[in-house]
Amino acid sequence: MDSIRDVAALRQMLAGLEAARLPGVEQSFCLGAAEPEVGGVRLARGALHEVQAAASADMPAATGFALALALRAERRGTAGERRPLLWVRQDMAEAEFGRLDAPGLAALGLDPARLILVRARDGAEALRAAGDAVRCVGLGALIIEIWGTPKALDLTATRRLALRAAASGVTSFLLHSTPQPAATAVATRWRVAPAASTPLESDAPGGPSFRATLLRHRGGEGGRPVEGGDWKLEWDHAACTFRDLDTLSRTVVPVPAGRPDRAATPEARRGAVVALRRTG
Amino acid sequence: MQGALRLAALDRAARRAGLVPGLTLADARARVPGLAVLDYDPAADAAFLEVVADDCDRWTPLVALDTPEGVPDGLMLDITGCAHLFGGEAALRTRLLAHLQRHGVSARAVIAGTPDAARALARSGQGGVVPPGGEAQAVAGLPVARLGVSAQIVTGLSRAGLKTIGDLAARPGTPLAARFGAELLTRLARTLGREDVRLVPRRPLPECIAERRFAEPIARTADIEATLALLIDDLALMLEARGAGGRAFEACFFRTDGAVRRLKIETARPLRDGVALARLWRERIEALADPLDPGFGFDLVRLGVLRAEKLTPAQVSLDGRAVEEEEVAALIDRLSVRLGRERVLRFLQRDTHDPDRASALVPAGGASLPAPPPSPEAPARPLTLFDPPQPVEALAEVPDGAPLRFRWRRVVHEVAHAEGPERLAPEWWRQPGAAPTRDYYRVENREGRRFWLFRAGLYEREAQAGAGAPRWFLHGLFP
Repeated sequence: MDSIRDVAALRQMLAGLEAARLPGVEQSFCLGAAEPEVGGVRLARGALHEVQAAASADMPAATGFALALALRAERRGTAGERRPLLWVRQDMAEAEFGRLDAPGLAALGLDPARLILVRARDGAEALRAAGDAVRCVGLGALIIEIWGTPKALDLTATRRLALRAAASGVTSFLLHSTPQPAATAVATRWRVAPAASTPLESDAPGGPSFRATLLRHRGGEGGRPVEGGDWKLEWDHAACTFRDLDTLSRTVVPVPAGRPDRAATPEARRGAVVALRRTG
Repeated sequence: MQGALRLAALDRAARRAGLVPGLTLADARARVPGLAVLDYDPAADAAFLEVVADDCDRWTPLVALDTPEGVPDGLMLDITGCAHLFGGEAALRTRLLAHLQRHGVSARAVIAGTPDAARALARSGQGGVVPPGGEAQAVAGLPVARLGVSAQIVTGLSRAGLKTIGDLAARPGTPLAARFGAELLTRLARTLGREDVRLVPRRPLPECIAERRFAEPIARTADIEATLALLIDDLALMLEARGAGGRAFEACFFRTDGAVRRLKIETARPLRDGVALARLWRERIEALADPLDPGFGFDLVRLGVLRAEKLTPAQVSLDGRAVEEEEVAALIDRLSVRLGRERVLRFLQRDTHDPDRASALVPAGGASLPAPPPSPEAPARPLTLFDPPQPVEALAEVPDGAPLRFRWRRVVHEVAHAEGPERLAPEWWRQPGAAPTRDYYRVENREGRRFWLFRAGLYEREAQAGAGAPRWFLHGLFP
């Protein structure tokens, strides 16, 4: 018992020391605001995190997840003002998945006026721009979207990014659609696929939902080991927090085991009466 | 004599042989059998004159094309305040002519108090420097045609026995104006140096410039960078004295062979910080697709501020916020210079329901506009949009049901949940052509991927001729 208390005290002391490095800024962030922490994992601020899509077609989900993480991670200024967020995007990503749209960004909780979008022709150019941007202390967060597997993206390049991020405190996210063959020096690595959302009334698709797998976590603050890092998360843009869908579905909305999936059969949907209710 | 070939321009030797412009080619060949003739190409002449004009920027930034008959065939240089840099007017003229001669251009140059006097003298085959106030005397002997008035007036004047400008100058102005119009008097006054007129330069005049001339041309990159650094320091001092910062800069590199290379940078904020400027210029030169080719070297490098804005030294706040904003602006400048302004962007939101036009990307360096306040009941919009929308094959209930299944990029997606339709009509006040109404559906497939689909056209009401049923498109992807 004593040893646990000692460890807790030590952890608090360390957290205090860490926080003293950058006054007023917590050194790590978690996925959700609620207690217990959603996913039970804390990520370091001022570090390089990697988000990869489980498959190329899952890139929209990975993009949304990276943006949501960036919104959780970004540092506020002393007066609580929000800093700009810089997004480096390769032209190929735009051709493949469409251009970023302001109303869509707003729907995820990012004020589009805060976004600076940098369009790079290739991976090397994107990494170079990111290398400049990550040193800029005025940024809230940085997203680097890489297409394919550019040669320039190797251990050295990611290590340089990670070191610069640690120096400036800009939390950076490396987002890509294909697993990189080269080793990368990242604090955490996530694999993201879309998850079926909780349908709203009248069978409408629900909010952004992800199946996120934590593939790698370099200790993190507190060094708590992460067990079975695989969560089904829903992003709540109004509260700027993730919610654990597995817990929710177990505790809040119990689903009878044998219930047939009504939506699964198109025949059942054809000609169905859809109940509409006026809300608000 | 319609359709006959005529001489348009002649070199000195041909003139000496007695040929004049306007002579038919057959007559000219009869007089000078060995005449070498080239096709008259006004476009090429004009282009060459532009090159010479570019090079003449080295003498003064105020260079204008002279177009007395609608075709540019001369240059006007306003050397006010520049002559002393070259050792006086006569020395400047000599150096200019020698410089042109070296590049194979034979030219006549006259320095006079007004552009019209100089033009009249130069086009009469004279040269030299007219002393201040001596214009009336210098042009007195020239024919009235040199005034640049219409041929009708010239004929009228010669019938009245007024052959030279001196004849006109001696007469009272009122009867002349009554007979030939006020324009003649204006021209006369300008040619006699009684009235001055401003030149309209080819290029906008920089707010301030700094330049370095080299007796020995420079060619090495290190030298060029060092020169730019010196010029930046000069400019920074000038800008500081004015309490201004530059928003647009231009560097001109004058090659010894007359070619001029111009580079421009624009910044997101007024800037006069030497270190930041030097860094931007280094980025600019590194990012050049076709590198700066010094040829045999640059003998003049000039840096100018094209646009300046007020810049007061900012009070640095204690929380360092201003410093941070400055850092972000510096980052935007650096990336804009390296990648191009069209690649560092910010969103501009428009107040429209058309999803294609709802947001636009504008260069981040420009002024930002306040975004319209987001409406609380905004319908869900996808994170990414395809432009143009991608056609899909979809199976849906008729006439206006949600899609049940669709095929996009050769993959079939079974729809599990759908919401819609959200009916968006085109903005008819923008595109008069009848674009079909769109019924948007937000759908989720079995794997949990979310899409934004629309049906173009209403079934049976707007269905396109020939196609039969309305077509489906994928417009965006939700996370």
